[in-house]
Amino acid sequence: MSQLSQNLAAGEFVVTAEVAPPKGIDLAPVLATAEKLQGVTAVNVTDNQGANMRLCALVLAGELRRRGIEPVLQLTCRDRNRVALQSDLLGAAALGIENVLLLSGDHSKFGDHPDARPVFDLDAVQLLDVVAGLNRGVDMAGKPLAGTPRFFPGAAVNPAAEPFELVLQKVRKKVDGGARFFQTQAVFTRVELERLAAAVAPLNVPVLAGVLLVRSAKMARFLNSSIPGMCVPDEVVARLEQAADPLLEGVAIARETVGWARTFCQGVHLMTLGHDETIPEILR
Amino acid sequence: MIISEAKPLAELQEVLAPFGRLFLVGCAACATACKAGGEEEVFRFQEWMAGQGKETTGSVIIDEACHIQRAARDLRHHAQAVAAADALVVLACGSGVQSISSNTDKRVIGALNSLFLGNVRRFGQYEEMCSLCGDCILNETAGICPVTNCAKGLLNGPCGGMKAGRCEIDGELDCAWRLIFERLQRQQRPGVFARRVPPKAWSRRRKPGRHKIR
Repeated sequence: MSQLSQNLAAGEFVVTAEVAPPKGIDLAPVLATAEKLQGVTAVNVTDNQGANMRLCALVLAGELRRRGIEPVLQLTCRDRNRVALQSDLLGAAALGIENVLLLSGDHSKFGDHPDARPVFDLDAVQLLDVVAGLNRGVDMAGKPLAGTPRFFPGAAVNPAAEPFELVLQKVRKKVDGGARFFQTQAVFTRVELERLAAAVAPLNVPVLAGVLLVRSAKMARFLNSSIPGMCVPDEVVARLEQAADPLLEGVAIARETVGWARTFCQGVHLMTLGHDETIPEILR
Repeated sequence: MIISEAKPLAELQEVLAPFGRLFLVGCAACATACKAGGEEEVFRFQEWMAGQGKETTGSVIIDEACHIQRAARDLRHHAQAVAAADALVVLACGSGVQSISSNTDKRVIGALNSLFLGNVRRFGQYEEMCSLCGDCILNETAGICPVTNCAKGLLNGPCGGMKAGRCEIDGELDCAWRLIFERLQRQQRPGVFARRVPPKAWSRRRKPGRHKIR
């Protein structure tokens, strides 16, 4: 059983962080970053994040695991069909990776290979079903596996998305499909988090609130214009704009979100994007 | 209908460079309707070629260029002009181009790009609503196809990129799942939200498609 699943089952307030594989083949810097992370139960490894081609997430997750750092392997449906997804999942299981976060994935158009053919052979709900099958020892074709994986599958939800009732329809399907935890996209308002927590409470699946360190008003505007599903409210942009030290203000904003998460959620998922030294301050 | 548009002239200039005498083929069906390969466009193409110093040996607008036998017959009717040409230029969809190329070993140059199976909103405005996936889910999705109208073709609801009910790839575009959800609400039925839709049988769309009415 993964530490993440145990800590969530025990009702602890769980902290996860996130690292991205390099554009290239040198793993040393990202491994050094991951080794320095403090107070974190597991570390997400992003999968060609934003549709930008990078080193295979599975390899970095395997290397983290070898160093005793627990990974959450993110797996998107954008770049692989059902054969490749199952194959990568078996590979992950063989490397001892249990936590997987199953995502649709940002559209190829946002990345550095916009002419790539987006796959989406499966969607995230279907991929959750596939993982449930693998955990029962069978693949999508119903063929038995030699050795049964023990995946702890998670899914994503965007608390800011409207119409929210529609978002919930999909959340319910994900829970029915076997999602055991949720990590949310970045949250910036208390009401959004409270609304999500209230809606998900009857489903009995822990939610880790996504906390993104926004370092400047410029970055906030970029997120709003260029990153799918991202919505940094005007008040937050204004705070960053007026701050003498925007990074410090960003940390303060993140800390407030962590505070709401302590009230409404079972943990936080921190996205500090290379400013991991701020994590202790965000969690303070 | 099949929506097509003219290839960039620079591209055609390059591909036509080796040829001096050309026979032109248009299509009276879709390519005429979307003003890419009808009588008028074939005439204009001929004028353009004349400006390039090329000779048109003849032309024909086939009733439906996708009809293989009809294309064969029309080419036979213009056998002399076809024989006199170095190559044939086809202003029709990719299907039309191949009706022609399957009837001659002469070089066949496609002058259009075929875009999609389109519904007509109004003249000159076409929308793709069906992807011909072979495994139709419309009855569950309130008559709105997510395979086509969702940028990712998701079958179980919107992705995390939906923002204020709009699509992540284009803020002007309504999220197909929002439209499905709202119409199902108006119809007071759960539709596609009542179950987890299983993965699609893409084997039904194995290429090349073949269909024979028995």
